[in-house]
Amino acid sequence: MEVLSALATGFSVAFTPLNLFLVLFGCFTGTLIGSLPGIGPINGVAILLPLAYSIGLPPESALILLAGVYYGAEYGGRISSILLNVPGDAGAIMTTLDGYPMSKRGEGGRALAISAVSSFAGSMGALLMMVIMAPLLSELAIRFGPTEYVMLMVFAFTCLATMVGSRPIKTLIGTLIGLVLATVGVDSGTGVLRFTMDIPNFFDGVDFLVVVIGVFAISEVLVLLEQWVNNDLKVTPVGKSFVTFADIVKVRWVILRSTVIGFFIGVLPGTGASIASAVAYGTEKRMAEGDSDEFGKGDIRGLAAPEAANNASAAGAMVPMLTLGIPGSGTTAILLGALLMFNITPGPLLFEQKPEIAWGLIASMFLGNIALLVLNLPLIGVFVRLLSIRQSYLIPVIVMLTFVGIYSIHGDSFDLFFMVILGIFGFILRKLHFSLAPVILGLVLGEVLEENLRRSLSMSGGDWSILLSGNITIGLAIASVLALVLPFLLKRIKGKGRTAQLQAELDD
Amino acid sequence: MKHTTRTLLVALGLASSLSAFAFETDKPECIAPAKPGGGFDLTCRIASNGFGDAGLLPSPMAVTFMPGGVGAVAYNHINSNRRDDGDALVAFSSGSLLNLAQGKWGKQLDENDARWVGAAGVDYGAVIVKSDAPWNTLGELVEAIKADPSAFVLGAGGGVGSQDWMKAAILMKSAGVDPKKMRYVAYEGGGEAIAALMGGHIKVYPGDMGEMKGQLEAGRMKVLAVMSDHRLEGEFKDIPTAAEQGYDAEWAILRGYYLGPDVSDEAYAYWTDTFNKAYENPIFLKTVEDKGLVPYKSAGEAFDADVKKRVNLMRELAKEAGLIN
Repeated sequence: MEVLSALATGFSVAFTPLNLFLVLFGCFTGTLIGSLPGIGPINGVAILLPLAYSIGLPPESALILLAGVYYGAEYGGRISSILLNVPGDAGAIMTTLDGYPMSKRGEGGRALAISAVSSFAGSMGALLMMVIMAPLLSELAIRFGPTEYVMLMVFAFTCLATMVGSRPIKTLIGTLIGLVLATVGVDSGTGVLRFTMDIPNFFDGVDFLVVVIGVFAISEVLVLLEQWVNNDLKVTPVGKSFVTFADIVKVRWVILRSTVIGFFIGVLPGTGASIASAVAYGTEKRMAEGDSDEFGKGDIRGLAAPEAANNASAAGAMVPMLTLGIPGSGTTAILLGALLMFNITPGPLLFEQKPEIAWGLIASMFLGNIALLVLNLPLIGVFVRLLSIRQSYLIPVIVMLTFVGIYSIHGDSFDLFFMVILGIFGFILRKLHFSLAPVILGLVLGEVLEENLRRSLSMSGGDWSILLSGNITIGLAIASVLALVLPFLLKRIKGKGRTAQLQAELDD
Repeated sequence: MKHTTRTLLVALGLASSLSAFAFETDKPECIAPAKPGGGFDLTCRIASNGFGDAGLLPSPMAVTFMPGGVGAVAYNHINSNRRDDGDALVAFSSGSLLNLAQGKWGKQLDENDARWVGAAGVDYGAVIVKSDAPWNTLGELVEAIKADPSAFVLGAGGGVGSQDWMKAAILMKSAGVDPKKMRYVAYEGGGEAIAALMGGHIKVYPGDMGEMKGQLEAGRMKVLAVMSDHRLEGEFKDIPTAAEQGYDAEWAILRGYYLGPDVSDEAYAYWTDTFNKAYENPIFLKTVEDKGLVPYKSAGEAFDADVKKRVNLMRELAKEAGLIN
């Protein structure tokens, strides 16, 4: 029961008026920041970090504030994903798949509410797992070497292959486009410049946010323009829909499974919400075999899965950051930077030497999640109202915000031009009925896959058998093969059963 | 000729107005050419907090981020848009210089396209292994590497040709092993490399002393040698240098700032003077040490010459290693 008393210490830190206020303030600001397209949790935390430092907050309070912003922004990012089809960050891409169709049907309120509930459940579940298993998990996280990552990515890709199912070839082409984009930039192994066309802005690769905003937001505007020219502008219906108890009952196992998946993927350094939500979505689609036609058209399961997973992964990412000093995601890297600024070195000693910081942070994450739910459920009506603004006014405003958001990343107008070009490209893809999510996921996963494949091969001196040399890698390889083969097998068995039945009926 | 005139002008400027400068910054800025949280961020915080706390600036210095190509984007940005902006310091490190030397910041730009103005401090390379590794001295490690170089996986936070790779190569070279034979794994930053070391995926991590601050106490890693010409102070005073152990392996990581190529001599003199004042100021020096660096006092034309000499040396090294022709 050592954990409980430690947690009690944590809550006594989190419940001081100042820290309580900071949690609420952080969550609220985070939601606002996150709901702006293009400004995700990373930027939110990065913007507030100097502020937290300069107003002289004690370290635990500063961290509590930043963690609140992190959570809030994770949640806020869903608002634009669901209502406008513009994901705020990588973790929210999968949310657009079923969230946006729902809001187009006039069920924006229901979608936002399901998202809030799933996020809440995902975070809370992951936090509980974190409290119980943190020391064990940090061991697991470092066992994951380059070869394990390679096989994990292979597994993620196989999940992806059937994810946006009705047009497998187009999914494949979309993924390949993403993979090609991922090869641009300095080659991580040798430092050779690849496909940069001597443009320094490409030296670091194609910025992921520029692609997301270009491909999603700008192409959305072009679609809108086209409808306007054709006098075909539809007003999105704004229903007073809300989550029902039946909805929650329907998705309870989805949320549970996705929470577990999201948490474990989040614990691994270098994998974040994007991978967690993709794997969770793929898994749920496969689980719903035979009944998965609604996925991608506004199925609440397809919304609940990525939402629970990406929030669970946010909590999971804190584990290696706090216990080992290794950030599991871009945002936790900044939180780590914040700790270092206060001369606190995270690591195994953090829990012993500065329990008020480690446990105070964990306790405030519990509070933050409750605060987010309480804050957001009543506000859903206000957010949905956004849609009653005529789109011809709303979308240009969104575009303005995206331009500001993208410009703030590098402070260079090059990104703006590139974003517009990508937007036109995304528009063409849409016209050809491609789904855009695989493009983005190809870009994100491609980088992780390539880097780790190169690392594995430089370890083994070019011997490919290293990829199947450990228990974890073999397990992942088997899982990948099963994920590919099982659906076909199941279909055939089912098919055979049905023909046999038909035959029997005919015989009678 | 142009250079000497400039030096002369600076000298004249200094002589004529020792206290009152023709230039004073009104909105000082430090550009960190990376995402928040890394080494460039740290370099900018030294200027912003150090100068600020020591009361050397008329108004607080803002830190802005311009990530891309280990400084390439910022270097090109300054050279195309803000050639004469006397308010903006840009952070750089030896790693930046290495890229500059190899032409990775754009083929048309070299070390003469900036005015190198002052140093933040230096950090030294360190040979780091897991605390339960069987080797306790650099000698034991080198013997083990010599016995079977291909069984030894080294890894650090930079690709082939980066300064982390250079450290590994220098180490190998001093052990008499051909650097081309080493198995080197490139990670994204020191944090990932440390995780790989902990997980046993790599055996040796040629990292930096600065990131070992507070880590020795945790007892998960040990430093077999510091790659400096003298022993460091404080918590690192018991760690022997590579030279002490009979290996010629030195690597200093310099961190500092540059200004745009067309910045006026008045502005350049102003910043040179600010740096020189800071080097005498205990509050600034404490900031440097708190960030894990060893103070390095060099500013103005002397620093400019120092940087250019380093870039030339690195160009030679890179040629020798076959990275450029």
